[in-house]
Amino acid sequence: MTNLAEPAGVATGARDKRDYRSDQQIRWCPGCGDYAILAQFHKMLAAVGANKEDHVIVSGIGCASRFPYYVDTYGLHGVHGRAPAIATGIKAVNPSLTVWVVTGDGDALSIGVGHLIHALRRNVDIKILLLNNAVYGLTKGQASPTSFPGQVTPSSPAGVVDRSLNPLRLALTAGATFVARCVDSHGRQMRDVLIAAAEHRGAALVEIWQNCPVFNDGAFVQPSRNYLHLRPGQPLTVGGDGERALTLDQGGRLRVQRTDDADPPLLRHDVGNAALAGLLADIEGDDLPVPVGIYYRCTRPVHSDALRPEPPLRGRRSAQELLDAGRIPRAG
Amino acid sequence: MTSGQDVQATGVVICLAGDSGDGVQLAGRRLAQQGVAAGLGLGVAPDFPAEIRAPAGSLNGVSTIQIRFDAGEPLTAGDTADVLVALNPAALRANWRRLKPGGCLILDSGAFIEKNLALAGYDVDPVAQLETSAHDLVRVDMTALTLAAVEKYDLRRRSALRCRNFFAMGVVCWMYQLHTEATLAWLDRQFESHRELGEANRAALRAGMNYGETTELSARRVLPVASDGSAGPRRMVSGNEALSLGLVTAAELSGLDLFLASYPITPASDIVHLMCGWDEFGVRTFQAEDEMAAIGAAVGAAYAGALAVTTTSGPGFALMSEMLGMAVALELPMLVVDVQRAGPSTGMPTKPEQSDLNQALHGRSGEAPLPVLAASSASDCFWAVIEAARIALRHMTPVVLLSDAAIANSAESWRQPRLRDIRPINVRQAEAGSPFAPYARDEELARPWAVPGTPGLQHRIGSLEKEHVSGHISYDPGNHELMTRLRAQKLAAAARHIEDTVLFGSDHGDLLVVGWGSTFGAIRTAVARARRCGKQVSHLHLRHLNPLPPDLGRCLRGFRKVLVAEMNLGQLCARLRDEFLLDLQPYSKVQGGPFAVADIEAML
Ligand code: SF4
Repeated sequence: MTNLAEPAGVATGARDKRDYRSDQQIRWCPGCGDYAILAQFHKMLAAVGANKEDHVIVSGIGCASRFPYYVDTYGLHGVHGRAPAIATGIKAVNPSLTVWVVTGDGDALSIGVGHLIHALRRNVDIKILLLNNAVYGLTKGQASPTSFPGQVTPSSPAGVVDRSLNPLRLALTAGATFVARCVDSHGRQMRDVLIAAAEHRGAALVEIWQNCPVFNDGAFVQPSRNYLHLRPGQPLTVGGDGERALTLDQGGRLRVQRTDDADPPLLRHDVGNAALAGLLADIEGDDLPVPVGIYYRCTRPVHSDALRPEPPLRGRRSAQELLDAGRIPRAG
Repeated sequence: MTSGQDVQATGVVICLAGDSGDGVQLAGRRLAQQGVAAGLGLGVAPDFPAEIRAPAGSLNGVSTIQIRFDAGEPLTAGDTADVLVALNPAALRANWRRLKPGGCLILDSGAFIEKNLALAGYDVDPVAQLETSAHDLVRVDMTALTLAAVEKYDLRRRSALRCRNFFAMGVVCWMYQLHTEATLAWLDRQFESHRELGEANRAALRAGMNYGETTELSARRVLPVASDGSAGPRRMVSGNEALSLGLVTAAELSGLDLFLASYPITPASDIVHLMCGWDEFGVRTFQAEDEMAAIGAAVGAAYAGALAVTTTSGPGFALMSEMLGMAVALELPMLVVDVQRAGPSTGMPTKPEQSDLNQALHGRSGEAPLPVLAASSASDCFWAVIEAARIALRHMTPVVLLSDAAIANSAESWRQPRLRDIRPINVRQAEAGSPFAPYARDEELARPWAVPGTPGLQHRIGSLEKEHVSGHISYDPGNHELMTRLRAQKLAAAARHIEDTVLFGSDHGDLLVVGWGSTFGAIRTAVARARRCGKQVSHLHLRHLNPLPPDLGRCLRGFRKVLVAEMNLGQLCARLRDEFLLDLQPYSKVQGGPFAVADIEAML
């Protein structure tokens, strides 16, 4: 594994990524994109100097959901789709814990989509890593909600007919306060996003394009498309040469134009602009690049605050008062 | 059966019935409160429609509340009423059978108009017929009298008519010489922001009393002798209230915070309505997006170290099955309260039934045993939920507590306990630095509760089968059988703590009636009467449905015949037959209502 330079702002003396590995043997297929994601996750923990005992990783069912077993923090491997609900309960009881949910496209967007939406809308202070491989891996290759139209799978021999679900658009609509996309092979960028997610207070959704070499190899490889690295305040330049960037045409649609062409003006990335984030999330088709990085970030009160601050155990009123009250007090 | 009558005659039973918009539940509860304040024992049984708005005046829209005042603590609200107040023809039609021979029937004659008679399905006015019956018939034009009493307030006719409930209550208060000061004060508080309405209701209440006084409406009646209060204060409590009080008490006894996650469902919702105002008592409530999320959040809260609870009813409980199975595998302490209602499916949401027993015992994939308890009355919900918490925390297991719509909404007088008289609940959370393995077990077969945030005890648990002691994922065949048996043996460990069964009556004889849950009052009353008539009959009431009390088999074998009475088609009966290979007889009632004492008496 390459030893990347630590990002700015991280305290020196941060721990080593190896400190965060559990003693469990990893059981993903060789070449699975999950390995790269796990490696960046360990590095992120080291980079933020995480106290292991203060972190909890919650997962559902699927290949991605094995994740908690491989990190030496607290972990709860739940049932299919319900990790956000479990995480909500953990966070409600102990808001000082840092809670991660690791999920997949089937887990989060099919069976568990109801819970995902509500965790985001409540702004539960949890960080959701959605490892999207556009297929069901653990159950051997069926179509998932993010499978592409035409994709041939054991459950869709004539090709997927349904439109695929856009997790970023969903997250923005549901009210996530941190929305980002990464690609498993872009380690450095992924780690930066993970660090930013770790430092975000509120519901974060990070979609990570994850290659499943066994059931959906190369699903996200799009040779005709460039990546657009989202950097706050910077023009939305496409490709490495900086000669082209995104702009809005008169109809309010995104299009690519040369950077030396000043009309219309180039767009700059503004992570606080939900409308721009929506346009970026909706990008599809070969003409436009794939934005990666932080689409959107804002602050809103988090759910555990709304649940009222924890009453100090010693200072709290005794149940005897309720028992003795002539009338049982009711809210409102 | 005839000589049973004298027992039935204790106390006074008053029944208020009207349309669901008439506020009879409210007036009835005020009347009950006044009785308790006066030192009387109390049994209250409401019966209201499931529909939010059944057509006004129709039979489907009838709402009834039955209140029994007694010198002691009555076990039921009574089978029959001494006084029935009917605010419209439908209320009469739905309830006239409740009235005792010679009982007093008070009608709002102003509501017995053609339209309402038709809505109730009467071809001819039933009043003429009633006049010749053995009842003490009192006709009062409450409609006109209420309108007159509240005339000076600036109310629309609709609002003015809504004060009829307090006029009716006033009449009853006059009849029984009950003081109304507390209710007048209550109306003041209740309508603080609608002064006019509060004043109007007060005026209606006074008008009802005065009307009784000036017209000498009927014979005054006597209440039972009130207690002198020396045994401590009493309060009125419903099942859902007692359950909520029990939860917050259990949290305090265990030194834990309470986390309650729930999804709205009749008849359990009231528990959340109450507890969401109790944050100062260490309670946090969470309204989830569905029942799967509710129990999911409870699992998370249990993992994070709280006393975690979810409350629901049958259909919601069904949605929780998957997560409850996981809680068995994770071996986390938590409570699921199922306030049962008539099923299957949506069934009859406001009507009681005991038909979720099988679901509680078996409704999970795999071998997933867990303790199941039932509360036997409104006030017993308090003790039952504390017992459930004790078991959950002692054995690190989810526990199901069964209540039902009958006890959830019914109310009783209750001498509230002192916390210091209740045994504390021992909680052992694993501490940093202690030797730790997630699935090591203590003498109760409980695994350690290592709460996130505790340094050095990081571990992973999950829904996959785990290796004994280490907790690592394991597909080893021998380990799976060991773990399956250990999970079953936890129930046996829990059984060792169950106290000896107390039989009502002798421990042998001709007939034993076995019951569980809300049927307690009816069975006990019927058996007591039968014994007074010299019958060889006993009553055994089960709190613990899984595991069963260790001495239960011996108790059952002491009788020639054993009858298992329950509001289902014999679910407990089947369980007991299976366990003990005895020829037990089921006695079922599934009519969406509780057993009457007479139902049981008919079988003895
Ligand atoms: S099936 Fe695909 S996603 Fe799952 S572990 Fe194997 S390669 Fe990874």
